[in-house]
Amino acid sequence: MKIKVKNLNVSFGESHILKNINMSIPENSVTALIGPSGCGKSTFIRSVNRMNDLIPTFQHDGKILLDDKDVYDSKVDVVNLRKKVGMVFQKPNPFPKSIFENVAYGLRIHGETDEEIIEQIVEDSLKAAAIWDEVEDKLDNSAMGLSGGQQQRLCIARTIAVNPEVILMDEPCSALDPISTLKIEDLIHKLKNDYTIVMVTHNMQQATRVSEYTSFFLSGELIESDYTDQLFVSPKEQKTEDYITGRFG
Amino acid sequence: MNFRRLWSPKTSQKIMNVVFVLSGIVTLLILIIILGYVIIRGLPAINLEFLFTSPLESGKEGGIFPMIISSLYVTIIAALIATPLGVGAAIYMSEYAKNQKLIKFIRFGAETLASIPSIIFGLFGLAFFVVFMGIGWSILSGGLVLALMALPTIFQVSEVTLSSIPSSYKEGSYGLGATKLQTIFNVVLPAAIPGIITGVILAITRAISEAAAVMYAVGSSLAIPISLFDPGRPLPLHLYILATEGISLENAYGTAAVLIIIVLILTVSTNILVENYQKKIMGK
Amino acid sequence: MNREKINEFLIEKGLFITAIFSIIIIFTILIFIVMEALPAFQEYGFFRFMFGMEWSPNDDNFGVFTMILGSIFVTFLALMMAVPLSLLCAFFMEEIAPNKVKIFLKPVIQTLAGIPSVVYGFFGLTVLVPLVREYFGGTGFSIFTASLILAVMILPTIISVSQDAIKSVPHDFKEASFGLGSTNWQTIRLIIFPAALPGIVTAIILGIGRAIGETLAVIMVAGNVVQIPGSIFDPVRTLTTNIALEMGYATGLHYNALFGTAVILFIIIIILLIIANYIQNKHGMDIGGGTL
Repeated sequence: MKIKVKNLNVSFGESHILKNINMSIPENSVTALIGPSGCGKSTFIRSVNRMNDLIPTFQHDGKILLDDKDVYDSKVDVVNLRKKVGMVFQKPNPFPKSIFENVAYGLRIHGETDEEIIEQIVEDSLKAAAIWDEVEDKLDNSAMGLSGGQQQRLCIARTIAVNPEVILMDEPCSALDPISTLKIEDLIHKLKNDYTIVMVTHNMQQATRVSEYTSFFLSGELIESDYTDQLFVSPKEQKTEDYITGRFG
Repeated sequence: MNFRRLWSPKTSQKIMNVVFVLSGIVTLLILIIILGYVIIRGLPAINLEFLFTSPLESGKEGGIFPMIISSLYVTIIAALIATPLGVGAAIYMSEYAKNQKLIKFIRFGAETLASIPSIIFGLFGLAFFVVFMGIGWSILSGGLVLALMALPTIFQVSEVTLSSIPSSYKEGSYGLGATKLQTIFNVVLPAAIPGIITGVILAITRAISEAAAVMYAVGSSLAIPISLFDPGRPLPLHLYILATEGISLENAYGTAAVLIIIVLILTVSTNILVENYQKKIMGK
Repeated sequence: MNREKINEFLIEKGLFITAIFSIIIIFTILIFIVMEALPAFQEYGFFRFMFGMEWSPNDDNFGVFTMILGSIFVTFLALMMAVPLSLLCAFFMEEIAPNKVKIFLKPVIQTLAGIPSVVYGFFGLTVLVPLVREYFGGTGFSIFTASLILAVMILPTIISVSQDAIKSVPHDFKEASFGLGSTNWQTIRLIIFPAALPGIVTAIILGIGRAIGETLAVIMVAGNVVQIPGSIFDPVRTLTTNIALEMGYATGLHYNALFGTAVILFIIIIILLIIANYIQNKHGMDIGGGTL
């Protein structure tokens, strides 16, 4: 198991967002997190790479173990953690820099200065993110000029470039058109051979298309976790069944 | 029904349309008349000799070269000092400050500083830099006074710009494992550069136009200032002296026109610069 | 890693100091101005200084009340001229003018704001003073001439701050009004103007601050005689011009009295700022970096 979550509770100020979460995420697989909006699934993945630390009212207890080490341990360097656990956001958020510099950014901030190595990694990452062919001859153009789908694949390339072990995706397709969505889904399929992917989605078809495991969150609780086929075909919990059959929310 | 109504709504709309358009035209005319008059009267005096020689007979004859140098000198000092302070303060406000009361207090401070009349800055320059610090009438004293005046402008414009940078840029950077400083210097500041430049140039434009604040700090020497501790006479001060002491109307017009042209060039070139940068980083 | 933490800590503290630098400067300015003014207040008495009508440094008489009145007259008349024109212009740009005209007028306002005050004064001196002399008699150096120049100088301030206020009126209000069949002018007069009023008042206060603080442009056209003017075509001396005219040669108590004049000016500006801030807070609006 790549990630193990033990009795995780998260609150922001007075509001208790995640309640006693226990789950395991296997290595080199795609795990989908589903559930109605506000159920805490985004908060959950933002706890894994400690993005929630940026919010002053954030409080937690319990453990998130990455390779059996608690990410909230006081000895953990957040910078290294986020390098290991990359993140792709809901809305594509390239920096207002050139396409090349977007991908090179992570390398530079982590101290890589050899331009040749940077160029190689940028190319590899863009290829791995299946966008190389589209941007090969305009690497110096601003990333802001790309289409939404291209921007999101660029953001994935940017994440891959720092060589993470886990990639968290927070509804990566929700701002994209159907064709771009399919491209990203294909890409996720390929990426799972090398990375552990945890993906939040509000789209159940998407979960069935790309994930092997699915976890269903409701009002801050983890209701059920199982193989995707299993969970969608014969859920063990009534609440899960209500949700996936649309009787709910 | 309104019995006192003189005109129907439609008629009053028509009348007011004319009044509104007139207000726009009058504003435009004011600008054209002032700019046009000063430039037309000033242009005949401007030639290479006027720009690149020193004044003779207290400015009655000769050029304004030392004044151009003085103006550049004090303005550059002001910008060099005020820019890091103003941008630093803006970064603090947008990236670090959490206490709302402190934020309001600092903003009120900047507003107050920006609202102090330039003549008070002039007196302060005299009492503090010239006398108390013992710097004397010099380019440095003048530059320091102008830096204080430029500070709030740079701060306010930079703060507005920095707070408008989408938080998704920062998230993207943190998500890659960047530290706060790396994020500020590599993502936030580059995206804010156009706004910051606008602020700095706006401040420079005001500094280069200022006479009252420097008149008791910079001295009034007609010589070309070499060191920071030499006295000088920036262009606006020269214009003031030429005009009020009735030395030379012709050279006064020339100086005024040069000043206006500098201001126009600064304004127009920033607009173009910022637009280009914006296009480059945001794609077309 | 620990060194990095220390670095970040130091940088945060450094940035904090830059942030409070403005406030440090204000207090330093205040302290130095007041310290230099103190001897004049002590020798002459603060109330005698502020409300005394006679200013004759040679006889050690330092009453600035005439100058306070002068500043008020000049500013008031400038407002009478500038406010209607700038409000009309602000509404024209925001509510009436087609986009092209608006885009054209914006740099016009910018440029008006950018013209150095000495150039305004010089224009007043060489163009307006002779005109006023010819059409209204007197020397041409007068309250009227000074107000005219000040009116032009505060025009861009009032226009741009009012524009912000007008812009911030919710679109729904307008739609509701148009939906009831109102004309554009009725909507402006009955809906937008009242909603934008706090912002417009702030704009005017900022204009007042600029006018009261302006020095050299006024010096060049106001005549600078210490007197209670009989008409708007008489010369006048304001607080700011009093300082600038005499600082060059003042010594002793005279020198202190000029700093005293600056203290009075400072107090007026602070009062205006506090009023502007009060209105701003009360109506919860943001005037986008507008300043006196």
